[in-house]
Order: sequence, then structure tokens, then C-alpha cells
Amino acid sequence: MPTLAAPGLAATDSLILLIYFFFMLAAGFSLKPAMTTSRDFMQAGRAMPGWLCSLAMLGASLGSLEVLGMGAAGARYGLASVAWFALGSIPAMLFAGLYLMPIFYGSKSGTVAADATATSIAPRSIPEFLGLRFDQKTRVLNAITFAAMSAFSAGIALYAMARVFVALHVFDRIAESLNLPPTGTHLLAMAFPAALVLAYILLGGLGAAIYNQALQFLVILAGLLPMVLLGLKKIGGWSGLKAQVPANFLDGLTQMAHDSAHSGAHPASAGLVLFLIGLVLGGATWCTDFRLLQIPMAAKDVQSARKAPINAAAVRVLVPLVLVLPGLIAIGLPTPHTSILVFNDNNVISHEITVVPPAVEAGTGLVPAKANADGTPVIGADGHVVLDYEMATPNVLPEFLPTGLLGLGIAALMACLMAGLAASVTSFSTVFTCDIFQLLLAKNAADKRLLVVARCAAAGGMLLAFAAACATIRFNSLLDAILLIFAVVNVPLFAVLMLGALFKRVTGHGAFAGLIAGAAAALLHHGLTLPQGAQPGIHGGWIAVLRHPASEIALNLETAICSFVVSLLVTIVLSGCTKAKPESELNGLVYSLTTRLQANAKWWKRPEAMAAAVLLAAIAVNLILI
Amino acid sequence: MFYDPRILSGMLFTLIGTILTAFGLSTRTNADVYAKSLGINANLWWGLVLLVFGIVTLTLGRRAQARVENAAGAGKPAENRKTLPKKKRIR
Repeated sequence: MPTLAAPGLAATDSLILLIYFFFMLAAGFSLKPAMTTSRDFMQAGRAMPGWLCSLAMLGASLGSLEVLGMGAAGARYGLASVAWFALGSIPAMLFAGLYLMPIFYGSKSGTVAADATATSIAPRSIPEFLGLRFDQKTRVLNAITFAAMSAFSAGIALYAMARVFVALHVFDRIAESLNLPPTGTHLLAMAFPAALVLAYILLGGLGAAIYNQALQFLVILAGLLPMVLLGLKKIGGWSGLKAQVPANFLDGLTQMAHDSAHSGAHPASAGLVLFLIGLVLGGATWCTDFRLLQIPMAAKDVQSARKAPINAAAVRVLVPLVLVLPGLIAIGLPTPHTSILVFNDNNVISHEITVVPPAVEAGTGLVPAKANADGTPVIGADGHVVLDYEMATPNVLPEFLPTGLLGLGIAALMACLMAGLAASVTSFSTVFTCDIFQLLLAKNAADKRLLVVARCAAAGGMLLAFAAACATIRFNSLLDAILLIFAVVNVPLFAVLMLGALFKRVTGHGAFAGLIAGAAAALLHHGLTLPQGAQPGIHGGWIAVLRHPASEIALNLETAICSFVVSLLVTIVLSGCTKAKPESELNGLVYSLTTRLQANAKWWKRPEAMAAAVLLAAIAVNLILI
Repeated sequence: MFYDPRILSGMLFTLIGTILTAFGLSTRTNADVYAKSLGINANLWWGLVLLVFGIVTLTLGRRAQARVENAAGAGKPAENRKTLPKKKRIR
């Protein structure tokens, strides 16, 4: 009798999942009485302690695309990807904490003398900050592009993780009892987490999202750590891991760096290029993405807001290890094959056949090949099997975790999906309410009405995300658009925000033009280049093919850098030609014009010292790994 | 207005830790369950780790919460009475 390779969940697993879901909703219910004003809902009353914000930022930054993506990068590019994930994002987090948070947070707790003006400058969102610093057209442009990006990427994240749940048979029992077709199971796997997240956000707003993101981060660690430890033991510890993974693993990355830098395949220069690339992408995430920044902006005071990203960076130095190692373990383990075991019990011969789908058999280690509709593996243009790297981390889970812990492991995957989803939905709701509804539709709306609008916007954002996820089921290639959208929306914003926050001379016209030029440059670059072995279309080259970068990731990084540089140049040139705002209007909005906080703490307690320590730790970890 | 978040996570991990430990104890003679985890009773050990983490977090959270409530109770007794039932339910 053939047994299925992957069984569903046992009763203990389901019990652990149910308990976790219950606590998620409990966080929402416990905050419901506190939701009386729109500020409570959208900014958690600006009362969150700093350490909670740190944990929540870590949780929110580990969305499903990031967790699956890090496992995939580990399987594909090896330990070097740990280095660039870690080193690239950490300077950005420290920069955000030291220089940007005092500006973004606003001066709620500023000096008494400047109180009248200071209280008015406390932007509720990044677009609102753009409105204060530059002008309303920049604000509206960013609000609309951000809302669209956050709903779309939430949809992609939902689709990607639901696919994993289907592959791991998480919802099979429920789907069976409802007699759902296979697509129905996928829809159920998307609808259930979406409904849960929406429920606790409607109840408790950003506060509930933050409480849950902190919880989700802990659950992610609790669920994935045992798997990493067992996997490392199985593969023979650290040295075993290095022996298992082929030495030429770095080739993909070196090739990519070579392609960008034309500097020969010298590892040191390749590393430098990778680090610079990581810096731009990390900066565009940690210094500009409102999905993450909304969390420290809800901190209880400006010191907590500054410390939140810095403390998060301290933990973040080690987090990629937990998330990248599963990918390495997956690629290092033997590939499963269809096997027939013959038993001879009391002269009764029985066969146990383990059937492995052809796409899994064609894979490398536990990383399966991408499957066509009929189950056969997909063959790429270069004749090799196309591997489905995103399944690396999820496939290691049932390989090592026994019944019981498996439930916690699935809860961890569920947690990363929900943390990212919640961040997208709350930020969508805030941006829609503050920067689209209040600014364009109802300037003098009462606060009660804003609260209702914010709740409706959260529901609407979730519906849009769900629609995007359904569209992705239909058109799988949308999945590849996510990095392009990031380069179009976030990267120019990073350039503009950096310039605007550091230099008084940057003007509204310059910023507006910089955003548009950066987006256009990203699209143009994407339209003119095509990675080797890909078809023109969503992968690039939809205008004409001028260049062939080595890989898709190289193309995306080049797009990001192109967009960043163009946006930077256009903003600087146009700011030079237009008239700057007078200094009196920029108080608290540019770093040089913020009120310095009295540094009465001991020097080792100051954020600057903490940031330096984190940076040193990050460098040390990387030296050990490389 | 906001209760200490450590109470929530402390309760969650205490509960999950207890379940995993209990399940690990009841299946400790069953080698089939732990064939995957290299013969290690992963449920028992990881359950104990989570249990300890949960209890420590819960204790810290409750202590901090009590401090906040005492401070609020000394200052504004009426407000304290109003929010007390909510916090009882959380515990």
C-alpha cells in the first residue's frame, strides 16, 4: 500500500496551532477597549515601549517573502548570502535609529519653549512627513504608490505562503471535510490567515499588530530553531555543513558581482560590491518603508523610537543564521527517491512503497524542481532543471520535527506570513486615512469618522491583497514583479528621504521630480535588460534587449542602483534650480534643525555607542562566516 | 491603558511548553515518533526550554504590571478600579 510522503497534521500539532491563534485574537480583544480615537488605532496611542517596538520590527521584517527568500538564498548562494543579508541591512537600521527616527517621530517630547510648534510636527506616516518637509504633491504621489505597493506585495506574500501550506498539507483535513477542490484548498490557505489578521487589526489597530508582531518573532524563533539545530546535527555540525555544500557555491554571487563591477572575480572586491548593493536595498527597506517605520513611530517617546531599530539590529545580526541555514541544510541532504521496502513478517511478505513525485526527485537535496501542471519537472532554457528554492525552508520542517514540534514549526511559518501581512494592512490603512482620505476627500473630518475610515481601509486593504493573491494564482509570473515594484517605489523614495532629511537645500519640486525620475529609470532599465536564459516580459527586456546580466538577482540589483542614482541626481539638480523652503518651516524636519536631546545618560548607554557596538558585532560575525 | 505585553507572550509559551513537555513525556518510549529527530526527544527538551522562557517572561510581566497598577492606584484610584476587571481577564 503506497503511503504519502508528507502526512498532514496530528492532533497535538493542531492543538498548538489553535492555542497560538487564540492568543493572537486575545491580543486584539484586550486592546479593543483602548481604541477610542483614530490615534489609538493608527498609532497605538504612541505609547509602545521601545523593546516591544524592537521585537515588533524584527517580526514585521520577517514576512513570508523574506523568510522563504532567505532559505532560498541559502540554498542557492550559500553562506555568503548570510553575509550580505546581515551586513547590508544593519548600517541602514543603525542610520534609521540614529538620524532618521528623531525626524520621523516628530518632537512630541520636545522642549517646553518650542512646544506650540513642536506638537504640530508629529507626522503620522511617511507620506505625511513628505508633505511637511516638501509639499502636498510629493505626499500624494508617495501615498498612492505606497498604498498600491503595500497591498500588492501583501497579496504576493499571502500567495507564496499559502502555496507552502498546501504543499505541507496543513489545511487538508478541513478542505477534505468541506469537499473542496485543489484550488479551493489554496484559497482556504489564503483566506484563513487573512481573516485572522484582519480580525485582530480591526479589534486592536496598530497596537494589536505590534503586540502580535513581537509574539510572532518569538514564535518564528521557537519554531525554527529546533529544526536548525537538528539539521546541523544530522549533517555533521558546522564542518559537516561546509563539506556537504559544494565549494563552487559562491560562483553565482561572484559572477553577479563581476557582472556589476567588471572588476574580475577577486572575492574581496566582489564582497565589497555585494555590500554596496545590500546597502541600497537595506536602506530602501529600513530607512523608508513605512510598513516597518510605523512601529517605532508609535513608540512612547523619541528615545524609545531611536533605540528600537538599533536594538533590532543587534538581534538581526544573528537572525539570518536561523533563516539561511535551513536552505543550506535542505540542499545538503540526500534527495528523496521513490523506494520499495520489502518486509517479511511471519512469512507474510509486505511491500511499503514510498512514492515521490517526479518534480521532487529531479530536485537537489530537499529542494524540489518547479513542477509543470502535469507534475513533470520544469526544464530551463539552459537544459537544467529549474529548482523551486522557495520550498527549501518549508521542506526541512517535516523532515526533522516530530509530531508536536511540527505544529510549532507550522505556527512559525504562519507567524511570519501574518506579521508581514499585518504590517502591510495597518500601514495601508494609515496612509489611506491620513494621506488620501483626510487630505483629498474630507479635510475637516471628525476624529470618530477617521476611526471608522481607518477600520474600513484596513478591511479594504486586506481585500485588495486577497485579490492580488488570487490574481497570482492565475498568473504565476506576478511573483517575479515584486522586486521591480520595490525598485520603482521604495528605492527613489530612499534617495529623496535621505537628501530631504539631511540637507535643508532640497526642495519639493526636486523631490517630486526625483521620485518620478527614479521610478522611470527603474522601469526603463528593467525594460532594456534581460537576464541570461529568460524570456522577455515580466523578467525584463520588454522594450528591447540591450544587455544580458548573469542572473535575475543581478538584474534586479542593477535596476535598484540605477533607480537610486537617477533619483539622487535629478533631486539634487532640480533642487539647485528651485527655491528652498525658509528655515523656519523646516524646524524639526531636517536633521541639522532638530532639537538635540540632552545626553545625560552615561556614554555607553547612548544610542550612538550601542550602534557602534552592533556594527562591530556584525563585522565580526561576517568575518567568521566568510 | 496598555497591559504589559510580556504577560501575553509568557502565557503563550508557558502553555505551549507544558503541552510539548507533556506530549514528550507520554511519547518518550515511542521510538517511531523520534526517528525523524535523530532519536532525540525533541518535544520534551524544547518544551522544557519554552516552559522556562514562558514562566520567566510571565513573572517579569506580572511584576511590571503590578508596579504600574500600584503607581496608578496611588495616584488615581477611580481609574484603577475602572481598568482592573480588564486586567483580571487577561491573567
